[in-house]
Amino acid sequence: MTGGPGIPDGTHVPVLMLGDVLLVTLQGELHDKAAEQLQQDIAAAITDRSARGVVIDVSGVEIVDSFLGRVFAEIAASTRLLAAETVVAGMRPAVAITLVELGLTLPGLRTALDADEALRMLTRASGYLSHVPGRRENA
Amino acid sequence: MTETSGRLAACLPIRSDMDLAWVRQHVRQAAAEIGFGLVEQTKLITAASELARNTLVHGGGGQVESVVLDNGRARGLRLTFTDAGPGIADVERALTDGYTSGGGLGLGLGGARRLVHEFSIDTRPGHGTCVTVVCWAAGAPRPRKEAR
Repeated sequence: MTGGPGIPDGTHVPVLMLGDVLLVTLQGELHDKAAEQLQQDIAAAITDRSARGVVIDVSGVEIVDSFLGRVFAEIAASTRLLAAETVVAGMRPAVAITLVELGLTLPGLRTALDADEALRMLTRASGYLSHVPGRRENA
Repeated sequence: MTETSGRLAACLPIRSDMDLAWVRQHVRQAAAEIGFGLVEQTKLITAASELARNTLVHGGGGQVESVVLDNGRARGLRLTFTDAGPGIADVERALTDGYTSGGGLGLGLGGARRLVHEFSIDTRPGHGTCVTVVCWAAGAPRPRKEAR
């Protein structure tokens, strides 16, 4: 249960574009420098590719300490200044319990149970839903 | 009162953010071997991550020593973080949520204390800092030492 596929070295996180939403999937160990780099990559990707939302999938993350929690909060704050919304998706229950006990409740952070729900929240908000191929409008 | 026995599991350097990842990985493995539940594991690894980062950022680097404990009723893990940095002048203030001396959220020390069962800190300005935490696997009577 250590490490994880995708980012074995913990040094770089790929940022994917899905419609007009950026999808970032975190896995296993994330080094501090990689987390700070991610913050810059996301900000650059929003302006370069006119993204309107960011989904950070943390379902593969076993530990969120105050450093990584602060990075999430800062990503959310900076994307908001760039006219985009951030949703953190798929946090593990043990991580949520630990964050509360740590004193880090991240009140400004939007969350979703999984990446699918997060994408739905963002596409609904921007009215983009009908343009995404393969996704049915059920409203 | 049963004697608590200890077995040295590892002594790891804390010199870079890469080392922080190693510390987390070691604590994760040790806690799993001892039989910690998932939430207990997550809490202890998170506390270790906070304390190791303090050792690196505020203490200028140092080391962590981990010892597997057995008091006859339960097994636990003791982690001792040592640095030769500037030390902490006002420990009570450093343990207060929101107090920070450098860039963080000020949750590291106080937050780490809440995540473990036993917490002690030995520091003197100019003589470094030594923080010791203990977590016991579930089922044991927990000697929680709450200072406030």
